[in-house]
Amino acid sequence: MSDLIDRELTPAVTGSAVEVVEATARAVPRNKWKTSSAQVIRAILAIIVAFIVGAVVILLLGRNPLTFYADIFRAGVLHAGWEDSVTRMSVLLLMGMGYVVAFRGGIWNIGGDGQFLLSAAIIAGAGPPLLSALPMGFALVILSLIGVVVGGSWTVLPAYLRASYGLNEIITTVMMSFIGIYVANILIKGPFRSEQTTVPQTNVMPFEKLLPKIPGTTIPIGIFVALAVVVGLHYVMTRTSIGLRLTVMGANARAALHAGLKVKRLILGAFFASGAFIGLGAAMEILGVWGYMRADWNPKYGLTLFAMVFLARLNALAVIPLTGMFAVLTIGGHAASRNADLPNDFMLLLVGLILLLMTLAELITIGKAGRRLLGQRVVQALRFGREP
Amino acid sequence: MTTNNTVNSSPAVGESVDATAGASAPAVEVLRITKAFPGVVANKDISLSLYKGEVHCLLGENGAGKSTLMNILSGMYQPDEGTIKVGGRTVVIDTPKAAIDLGIGMVYQHSTMIPVFTVLENLMLGATERVRLDRKAAETALADLSGKLAVEIEPGAVTGKLALGQQQQVEIIKALWSGSSVLILDEPTSMLTPQGIADLQEVLVQLKQHGLAIVFITHKLYEAIEIGDRVSVLKQGCVVGRLEPEDLHSKSADELQATIVGMMFGEEARSLSEVAEIKQMSRLQREKRDLSSTLVLEVNNVSVKAGRGEVDVHEVSLQVRRGEIMGIAGVDGNGQRELAEALAGQRKLSRGDIVLTGHQVGRASVAERQKLGLRFVTDDRLGEGMVATLPVSLNLFLKRIGERPFWKGGRIQEEMICDSAESLVRAFDIRTPTVETHCGALSGGNIQKMVLARELSFEPKVVVYNKPTYGLDVKTTRTIRDRIRELSDKKGVSAVLISTDLEELLDLCDRIGVMFRGRLTGVVENHGAGVEAQVGKLMLGGKGDSM
Repeated sequence: MSDLIDRELTPAVTGSAVEVVEATARAVPRNKWKTSSAQVIRAILAIIVAFIVGAVVILLLGRNPLTFYADIFRAGVLHAGWEDSVTRMSVLLLMGMGYVVAFRGGIWNIGGDGQFLLSAAIIAGAGPPLLSALPMGFALVILSLIGVVVGGSWTVLPAYLRASYGLNEIITTVMMSFIGIYVANILIKGPFRSEQTTVPQTNVMPFEKLLPKIPGTTIPIGIFVALAVVVGLHYVMTRTSIGLRLTVMGANARAALHAGLKVKRLILGAFFASGAFIGLGAAMEILGVWGYMRADWNPKYGLTLFAMVFLARLNALAVIPLTGMFAVLTIGGHAASRNADLPNDFMLLLVGLILLLMTLAELITIGKAGRRLLGQRVVQALRFGREP
Repeated sequence: MTTNNTVNSSPAVGESVDATAGASAPAVEVLRITKAFPGVVANKDISLSLYKGEVHCLLGENGAGKSTLMNILSGMYQPDEGTIKVGGRTVVIDTPKAAIDLGIGMVYQHSTMIPVFTVLENLMLGATERVRLDRKAAETALADLSGKLAVEIEPGAVTGKLALGQQQQVEIIKALWSGSSVLILDEPTSMLTPQGIADLQEVLVQLKQHGLAIVFITHKLYEAIEIGDRVSVLKQGCVVGRLEPEDLHSKSADELQATIVGMMFGEEARSLSEVAEIKQMSRLQREKRDLSSTLVLEVNNVSVKAGRGEVDVHEVSLQVRRGEIMGIAGVDGNGQRELAEALAGQRKLSRGDIVLTGHQVGRASVAERQKLGLRFVTDDRLGEGMVATLPVSLNLFLKRIGERPFWKGGRIQEEMICDSAESLVRAFDIRTPTVETHCGALSGGNIQKMVLARELSFEPKVVVYNKPTYGLDVKTTRTIRDRIRELSDKKGVSAVLISTDLEELLDLCDRIGVMFRGRLTGVVENHGAGVEAQVGKLMLGGKGDSM
């Protein structure tokens, strides 16, 4: 097709093309805020349809869907419910940012759960002694940094193998994730195990020494850390040269090499940042909510966030409403399922429906050509043995 | 073999499609075909007749609608209006299989064969109606067909290791394999050496004698005149002129050339032999230029160890003076891309060194070489030359990310980038709605102009061009060649111009080196007569009378 359009060319401009760039700058206001209202409306429509389909399923199970949805709203938003939801958002947002930074750079860090749990275990193990030995504020900062470093370090091996040998990081991060999960459990059942409980878990940090709450609420200040990271990352990705370099590498790795970007450094950096954000999320969860970690605990946020980050089109700000919705559904859905005498996992059906319908809405709107391009890019991204 | 909704296939070569029809009845008739794509009418009311035993040349620029028309005949597209008749009967060609069943075979510009398979295996792929493969029968059929074409093909040879000309012969045999009586060749000479083109012409003579109707698509004027028995000239989707066999046999080549130029560019162009389009299409000689003796690029014994499926570069040495255009000729895939990437810094040298304006850059990164004024116009403009999802403006500054004044303290200066991008878009005549349009939305020609705008701005010293006009239409090609020459004449910018288009090299270069199997087999001064023959000889690995 391209050659067909090409023929509309007019005679070429001759003359000195070389010195054009010295042309003086004109001040032309450019509208950077392209409204994506259509996108928002589409997402809301998808959510409504998901609720309708979910209602049919609830009806078929012999429950009243209106009661079920009212329970979700009551437990997830009303009274103190919103505080729980916002608290949950901090860890979701930080982990989400971990995925945004990686996927923007075309790096498939699938091992988020392993990075998360290993960080959480080490923080939970180091927390009680550090909090009793050091001033509280200082200890909390140190523990958060431990989360950052552990999460980031767990990506170094996959990052190095990808950067130097082009080894597919999907495989290596998944393998590292398994190792991370098991090492976390070994730590909790071994060196970090509390002697005061029968169930294997770490010692509990004193409640008053956990992350401070926002005055008048039960929300730990971790949400501010999370929002600061979101805003900061959004700025870096959209306004700075580092963000553009990462975007170029993610959109076309060969163009990045061609343009002379330092691809190895970018891969290592983005990978580390990804693990670091996830580790920080683990710190906020352990230091803000739990105060200890039980063996075999695994909230498995990874894959759900994976889908949400893509639905947000890797836009950091757009992850906020999506994780908000997810938080309300998980917090409220827990109570609603219990009231309706349904298994706790029932709420996941609703989340799954919403994600599925939002994806379908995307697929319908990008059209046939877009779908083909998407297919090609997925194949490209998943292909083994890429060039480093 | 199944028959579709149409007439039965007409089998082997040489058999008549319709026994009652004489030589005067066309084998295939295309009647008043119109085909539109969003925003462009690719074929407008085109009619065409193909006769047995004749070569019908379709001549036109890229984008004139030749490929669309042939894709309609081969079942890739459906026409919006018009009919196709094969052997006098109206047919519907709705799939490539329907076309094959009707005896219409297509030979594409690029190889459609599996390179690691042998010739015989590739040929047997095309006929997989039966579960069991009949190797004996296939060998007999291959011997039969290569006899008819008067070529020699080793059935057990690995296809990817054959010369491109031979690969093309296998492609032709593959098209005949399923019993084609009509053969469509899409730009068949674009990848061939002069010798390969001569061989192809021999094959075409044989095919004509066996009664095939042949469509020969080309954008080279002299080829149409030399090879065609009939010529149809396409422009902007319309047939703007035809030459019948009587015309072609009665007039001299110069007269014919003038006639076709008149058809393509209007009557007034006839007398103007200076019109650039004509220059593009006809052969010419170049005058010797006086150049300064300052060396800006020295390539000393450079070797590159390549990866799988690529070509090693062995001990290439060349010197380029200020303002000089050094051509690198050669059949595609003889290490040109590997050499270009090594010069640009995208590939490690295993041996040797590169000196750029006095600096040793053999180990320097892409970015460091760029800062020293080395630019690289890649041949893979869609793959690595741009980021399709980023706007044109950012693509224009892809190699300056983070540099002042477009980034300050790491922050992007959008006004500055947009303004500079807009002036580049104007100066290089890039056709884009706005500078914020995604680069992937541009046409191939405009993407190449974007790449050139990026590489040729900000004071280049040496530019490595790899196939800069490949796949572009005549006007864009002309613009780009003018730019290369202008940069050299006015700014003293040197160039290493890698091209498979010998015309281009003869037109632009001061010297032409030839690459063969990863080695520089010779360098020829490009002035005076006989350059083409010398280069052609070197392209096949022979020793030329080089310096």
